Amino acid sequence: MEIIKTDTHFNFVRLMKPAVILSLAVILIGVASLIWHKGPNFGIDFAGGSLIQVKFTSAPDADKIRGAFKAVGFEGSIIQQFGPNEVIVRTAEAGADPKGLTARVDEALTAAFGKAGYEVRRIEMVGPKVGRDLTKKALLAIIFSWIGILIYVGVRFEFRYALGGIVALIHDVLITITFLSVFDKEFDLNIVAALLTIIGYSINDTIVIFDRIRENARKNIKMPLMDIINTSVNQTLSRTLLTSLTVFMVLIVLFIFGGAVIHDFTFALLVGTAAGVYSTVFIASPIVLLFEKIKPSGLKRKK
Amino acid sequence: MFNSIKIRVAVTILLCLAALVYLAPTLTSDLPDTWKNYLPMDKIHLGLDLQGGMHLVLEVQAAKAVESTLERTIGDLKENLMDKRVRFKLRDRTKDKDMSFEFPDTSARDAFDKLLKNEYPDLEIATSEMVEGKGTVTLKIKDRRTAEIKKMAVEQSLETIRNRVDQFGISEPEIIPQGVDRIIVQLPGVKDTARAKSLIGRTALLEFKLVDDEHSLDDALKGNIPEGSIVAYESHTDRTSGRRSQNPILLKNKSLMTGDALESAKVQIGDRFGEPHVSLKFNAQGAKDFDRITGDNVKKRLAIVLDGLVHSAPVIQERISGGQAQITGSFTMEEATDLAIVLRAGALPAPVTILEERTVGPSLGQDSIDKGTWASIIAGILILIFMIIYYRLAGAIADVALAMNMLLLLGVMAAFKATLTLPGIAGIVLTMGMAVDANVLINERIREELRLGKTLRAAIEAGYTKAFLTIFDSNVTTLVAALFLFGFGTGPVKGFAVTLTIGIFVSMFTAIVVTRIIFDYMIWNRKVQQISI
Repeated sequence: MEIIKTDTHFNFVRLMKPAVILSLAVILIGVASLIWHKGPNFGIDFAGGSLIQVKFTSAPDADKIRGAFKAVGFEGSIIQQFGPNEVIVRTAEAGADPKGLTARVDEALTAAFGKAGYEVRRIEMVGPKVGRDLTKKALLAIIFSWIGILIYVGVRFEFRYALGGIVALIHDVLITITFLSVFDKEFDLNIVAALLTIIGYSINDTIVIFDRIRENARKNIKMPLMDIINTSVNQTLSRTLLTSLTVFMVLIVLFIFGGAVIHDFTFALLVGTAAGVYSTVFIASPIVLLFEKIKPSGLKRKK
Repeated sequence: MFNSIKIRVAVTILLCLAALVYLAPTLTSDLPDTWKNYLPMDKIHLGLDLQGGMHLVLEVQAAKAVESTLERTIGDLKENLMDKRVRFKLRDRTKDKDMSFEFPDTSARDAFDKLLKNEYPDLEIATSEMVEGKGTVTLKIKDRRTAEIKKMAVEQSLETIRNRVDQFGISEPEIIPQGVDRIIVQLPGVKDTARAKSLIGRTALLEFKLVDDEHSLDDALKGNIPEGSIVAYESHTDRTSGRRSQNPILLKNKSLMTGDALESAKVQIGDRFGEPHVSLKFNAQGAKDFDRITGDNVKKRLAIVLDGLVHSAPVIQERISGGQAQITGSFTMEEATDLAIVLRAGALPAPVTILEERTVGPSLGQDSIDKGTWASIIAGILILIFMIIYYRLAGAIADVALAMNMLLLLGVMAAFKATLTLPGIAGIVLTMGMAVDANVLINERIREELRLGKTLRAAIEAGYTKAFLTIFDSNVTTLVAALFLFGFGTGPVKGFAVTLTIGIFVSMFTAIVVTRIIFDYMIWNRKVQQISI
């Protein structure tokens, strides 16, 4: 069975301009969303604070929960649905008092719902020091992985290719952040893990295409670069779409069946993978072409 | 060697068997005795988010340890100066100034300098000034010694916390230093997290101080605290109502004895009310000291102070020479047990604060395991079916590789005692999707070569060769990302990086080596001319 016939001849390079414009539009929406939401929705891993996941025996009333927590001094708690009869309560407090947090939570909930009416499933508390540390580490990890991959691709291929690859990667991360912001998803450690995974994985198809471009360029010295790129993308189209398809399938299963704890993580991976395919086909190779136009590589070839 | 199919098959089967051996404990609990003696016995290690438990990051306030050492040494120096009849005045610490010595004339100051140089090598003069003909001096500990004290404070805190946790009875706790002054504590399966935190975090400094009966408590409360005394609070529980209150009490500041002098502490039930109390036994030196102190202060009150709070202040009826004492009060059995634990393990040399806490209840942990397993199975089946539909026989071969992939991945994790977390399970599922990537690459290449008109043998050869470099490149980049993930992430995220990394290596092996074996077998041994692909 073959979904993609072998003789496709789409002119991908011609679609480059509209593709870039579409991407920029989406990213602009992301910027607008970030401004609207006053920055990314940082989870407690970065902003510090406490998170309590509680399961109730029957559907709880958010106001009742809020009231219960207010009574023990947790001001301004944000309450989110997390599954049937389950909520996540988030406060900005990061009590250094050891007994404090768990005991107060128990006190609040027992008073409002009775001892048998609830079960604390998970508690997380991140103090401001650790929050700052993690934020710094996360940024460094993302930036250094970009650099690491830039170096690797630059060594394996050429600098132009490396730039094309990096632009595609930055594009993928920005698109993912856009979707996360628009859907108001929380930025926590898992999301950064997803971003790093996307960085490492999305460059894969880009490399496959670069590989093909290089092979074709060697075989057909007289062909203009634009045609080589188009041919290469068409040739590898089948494979590109297929691998993304299998990863996508697997991620959808995780998204539906994996449970609420890794839900947002899977969401980020889904968006990132889709963006990755898009950027590989429409962005990475045309960037190579662009740099070739700006600064020709010295190989004798027609433009 | 690697060209022979037999050898390649043998190596592959050996690896699969090894994986099974390592996985056996996870899959069943009934293992024959011979197994238990010679072969690995550990189930796959589950992260805290899957088994439930508590993860703490503590910070040791090492600077406080330096402070208290300085105070103690200055106290010693003061006594020394008094013995040598040097005239001086010691001003207590205020908000703006540290403790300082004041000398009325140069001879006193000289004597001080000499004493400092000869007997206190760790101290040095921080500031010195002349005010109205009187020399004033503040001291500090030399930098190298300060660094030493801080380092020792962290090490000792580590030991002490380890001792406490050991006695608390958690199976497989992990207590690891992090950075310069942090400690990571992981307690899998802990049920009462508040109690655990309290046990770990309390300083547990036990001091014996005399009650100051000579001065007025009311005066002190108004702000006139006499020299050498402090105001402390005694906790008191009303026997009938159970309410706790705190009453002020005036104590002499000097610690006559501390918890260092203890040899052991035990919980015992009192005869009168059946109440638990903690009975202390001093070591040899401690017993002597206690003997002397009680002998010198009969009819005075001795306060037992725990972390600055007065527990009780009984009257010394007579000299106690047996080296034993009791701490009574309204304890619950739990409180008494915990107190005995911390007294036995020793006081923390510096206070610790909790920087981060993550606790997962066991029910959520089990839920996560269930969901993760389900998702893996469904994803696996989906991929298996898809590969067969799309690539037919070659797809079936890829499926065999995939199954082997999973087996080897889990086997490696069991063998290396890697920790499986919920994101780790997601990583395994992701590996399934990514593993077929290599097969897709190879199969697509083979199809291309076949289309170009090559024979089956040549097409397969060419397919594998050309695809190899691409597979290698793309896997390296994912590995780079996984490496950063491992370095940057905590617990669950690290688990994701681990499964991703192992998954990539294993999938490279199965895609390239294993499927090749099968293809080669068909071509060379079975002389197949065409395959459905």
